Amino acid sequence: MPPKRQPKTDIVVKIMNLFEIIGPVMTGPSSSHTAGAVRIGNAALNLFGKKPEEAVIKLYNSFSKTGKGHGTDKALIAGLLGFAPDDVRIINASREAENAGLKISVEFMGNNPDYHANTAEIILYHGSEKMVVLGKSIGGGRIVITQVDGYETKYTGEYHGLMTIHDDVPGVVSVVTGCLAQMGVNIAFMRMYRKRKGSKVMMIIDTDNPIPPAVKDILSNNRHIYKTVILPRNEDEE
Amino acid sequence: MNRLSLSEIVSLAEQENRSLSGLIKERESADTGVSIEELTDKMKKMYEIMLEVYQQGVESDNRSVSGLTGGEGWRLMKYIHDAKSGGIYAEAAARAMGISNINASMGRIVAAPTAGSCGIIPGCLITLAREHGKSSDEVVDCLFTAAYIGKVIAENASLSGAEGGCQAECGSAAAMAAGAGVELCGGTPKQVSHAVAFALKAVMGLVCDPVAGLVESPCIKRNGFGAVQALLSVDMALAGIESVIPADEVILAMNEVGRVMPVSMKETAEGGIAAAPTGRKIAEYLQNSGACCPKRYK
Repeated sequence: MPPKRQPKTDIVVKIMNLFEIIGPVMTGPSSSHTAGAVRIGNAALNLFGKKPEEAVIKLYNSFSKTGKGHGTDKALIAGLLGFAPDDVRIINASREAENAGLKISVEFMGNNPDYHANTAEIILYHGSEKMVVLGKSIGGGRIVITQVDGYETKYTGEYHGLMTIHDDVPGVVSVVTGCLAQMGVNIAFMRMYRKRKGSKVMMIIDTDNPIPPAVKDILSNNRHIYKTVILPRNEDEE
Repeated sequence: MNRLSLSEIVSLAEQENRSLSGLIKERESADTGVSIEELTDKMKKMYEIMLEVYQQGVESDNRSVSGLTGGEGWRLMKYIHDAKSGGIYAEAAARAMGISNINASMGRIVAAPTAGSCGIIPGCLITLAREHGKSSDEVVDCLFTAAYIGKVIAENASLSGAEGGCQAECGSAAAMAAGAGVELCGGTPKQVSHAVAFALKAVMGLVCDPVAGLVESPCIKRNGFGAVQALLSVDMALAGIESVIPADEVILAMNEVGRVMPVSMKETAEGGIAAAPTGRKIAEYLQNSGACCPKRYK
């Protein structure tokens, strides 16, 4: 039997509502280069799970070429501060970062043919912790985080969610999903990523309901689970 | 899945003798599970922001982040009493460009349908409302009609300059404004669809050629033109002029034109005026010196 044809992409396209046509309210000038960049920053902040002390932002391709004029650098910084795309402080993001004690450096990297036209790489530091996030802005303010610490991912920030890093052993997934079930949280999508068999696994679950903080405490007690991060949904997603 | 079409909802509205916006609100409420009151409140908020933004837009210079543009809407509004084309066209263009200036200066706007084309719908509708004493509630209703037209275009073609050129972005905004404008002025649903067709046909084939890849030149001025195009489409439709080609077919034709349009002319800043000698010089200047180029980059 021939293998089942893979769909071209498994990013779930939601049915457009009328406020995606008249709307969103956003800070200009570009939904892909500004609003989307804020969302990439938001997603990186969510995945890191705490306020970073330092961030290195690298812009590629169109983000690198036209980023200054579009305020892409400011938008990414704003995103890392947790601002939404319609926040009027985006234009002053660098100063806001200084006030918040977040050290930022931005590098315009030029072209990289391996990356999407609108790509940003964000490296976050807090003490000895470090996370590398790669994200692309795919238009209309929508984004996809394609890599986290070398794991291939497809995180969009459009749902509530949970990220775990755990051992590649039987039963961990059922512990996590069981815990969510107990809390009455419904899973919309679920993906696991591992670099090779037996390596640690990164799992990102998109859920319909917000995840109660207790989930983190429960899962942190499991000896196979190293990291649990509760992911908030983008503010204006409905 | 059956694709959305304008003809379907227009004939339903004509049959049941109802307004397009009324039907559209009902449908949206059924699709999303959100009550009509809540939807209307949310759209009111969009309109309030549009009103705020246009005020800021025509009040002052509003230089863009790159320094390349600024003050287009403000200048035209200051000049309005001398306008040779009759005030309303210039006013609509001034509002549209003023809003676009705010967008380019990293202000807060309502994407309609995109950030790059955000001046056209408010520019056209605010002007019609003020000129003809229409209430905010009436305009808000018509924004639903505009949004539905945009949704039909999104499903059958595209609203993005990167996918379909400027015809898909500013052209679609003008078509949405034109259809909504007809309803605002008391036209029939059929006249709404004719106005949509006129506005789209006016810029069929228009390329997206932003200088240095920025949403500034020619985008800001094209927002002005889009608003004027929408106003003329409203009058043509209300006058009883009919589109030879039905709106749904015009939308599909626009999609096909966008498909065969060279990539260099779809927001890549490699064709059109972006590739003109001065366009290239500006791009180079901005890349080397960063933002805030002095007025005289030449």
